[in-house]
Amino acid sequence: MSLAELICPAGTPAALRTAVDAGADAVYCGFQDATNARNFPGLNFTPDEMAAAVAYAHDKGTKVLLALNTYPPAGKVDLWRQAADAGARIGVDAFIVADMGVADYIARTHPDIRLHLSVQAAASSPEAIRYYCDNFGVKRVVLPRILTIPEIREIRREIPCEIETFIFGNHGLMVEGRCSLTNYLTGQSTNMDGVCSPASDVEYARHADGSMSSRLAGFTIDCFGADEKAGYPTICKGRYRAPHRPDGYYAFEEPISLNLSRLLPELIDAGVHAFKIEGRQRSKSYVRGVVSAFRQAVDDIRAGRQANIADLVALTEGQKQTQGAFETKKWR
Amino acid sequence: MTAHPDTVPRTAVPARPVLARLSCLIVQPVLTRVVRRIAAQHPTLFERLGPHQGTDFVIDPVDLPFALHLRPDPRALVFRAVPRDAVPPAGATIRGTFLLLLELIDSEEDGDAAFFARDLEVTGDTEAVVRLRNALDDVDGSIAEDAAAMFGPPGRAILARLRRAYQT
Repeated sequence: MSLAELICPAGTPAALRTAVDAGADAVYCGFQDATNARNFPGLNFTPDEMAAAVAYAHDKGTKVLLALNTYPPAGKVDLWRQAADAGARIGVDAFIVADMGVADYIARTHPDIRLHLSVQAAASSPEAIRYYCDNFGVKRVVLPRILTIPEIREIRREIPCEIETFIFGNHGLMVEGRCSLTNYLTGQSTNMDGVCSPASDVEYARHADGSMSSRLAGFTIDCFGADEKAGYPTICKGRYRAPHRPDGYYAFEEPISLNLSRLLPELIDAGVHAFKIEGRQRSKSYVRGVVSAFRQAVDDIRAGRQANIADLVALTEGQKQTQGAFETKKWR
Repeated sequence: MTAHPDTVPRTAVPARPVLARLSCLIVQPVLTRVVRRIAAQHPTLFERLGPHQGTDFVIDPVDLPFALHLRPDPRALVFRAVPRDAVPPAGATIRGTFLLLLELIDSEEDGDAAFFARDLEVTGDTEAVVRLRNALDDVDGSIAEDAAAMFGPPGRAILARLRRAYQT
């Protein structure tokens, strides 16, 4: 049986302490700059805050994983190298990386610190994963959310590193690390600036009939009826009119969250080493609720008991949840 | 940010100008004391606000007879109750029930989940709102409890009664 580590999000020092206290085995977080894929206003850690957070986590036996999972623009690698050096000085337990140049720098400069391959690298085949393991010493891969459990089992047999899968939160299905939709509308890059749908370009408006529209850079990407639940203002979850669908439809994906609470035993059996909860941009309330629920579930499974996980639908996007491709590739 | 031509404000409690002004007069001394105390206890909160320390936030508890005007500038803090017919131009507006807003401040509720459920409404400068949310979320403990404790056992009793009243 794998260890089934619980990997939990933290966007602020207070959220990190909440995750640790709720039972996280490891917490992932980032600095206040473009080196991570949640470079949102008012979020993340200064180096001093990171040092205090690592001390707090280590004191309670929890690991801290530093997300350096964006791609430096060509020739502008200093920020990523400085972030890696700061993380090493502070004593983080692993770096989560996507870019080969960043991976190479860390492998050469800080060879004693573990490298995890971010979902942003979109490595979904044994060949791709082995390349990162062979060349940079990657110890764990975070798999994209597009694989079935039998496929994960097959991959596990063919790679020399651990597997981490998302179990709750954003149901991101674009080819991660390659999505340019935000860049197309706003000029800012999800993959290089760390901002998907930057808040400075988002606008909400409520209308006379009670509906609410969400706009990104002036483009309406959805309009929720008075009684409809809402989602994030991301282009991939927008609703659009098309000649064949004049009433508007979700062209890519609908507002919905991943929830694999019922599949945890199968994932463990397939050889998944770590379970990742998405949501560094979410509140302490979310972190407390989701981490506690999955802590209890994983402990129940480890003890051979039936996991009886709390209902988390109130925390999901659009207040809907799915098991996505993990259950079947025909989930829509 | 530009206002959409058919954008409308959410209807709050029926306007009763005299009641609203009287309520503002009663709560203002409390608000002034509370905001000064929070600022003194949590100075790092302002760093996360960054350039939005000077933004005018209108916080609109739709079930109270007045709204709140917050400008979180540590050099010149503004936190005042205002009748709805005298609300200043807002950089950002946040609307919800009083209890929801209280629980969001204390991270007892998740802001994104409240937004998905359409219980929370945000208009104006979204970045300002995100910064305020993240700044408040990095505060350990309960801001509401701290504020209530300033007024001793009566303050705590009033807060507990308020919560019970809204939950039933």
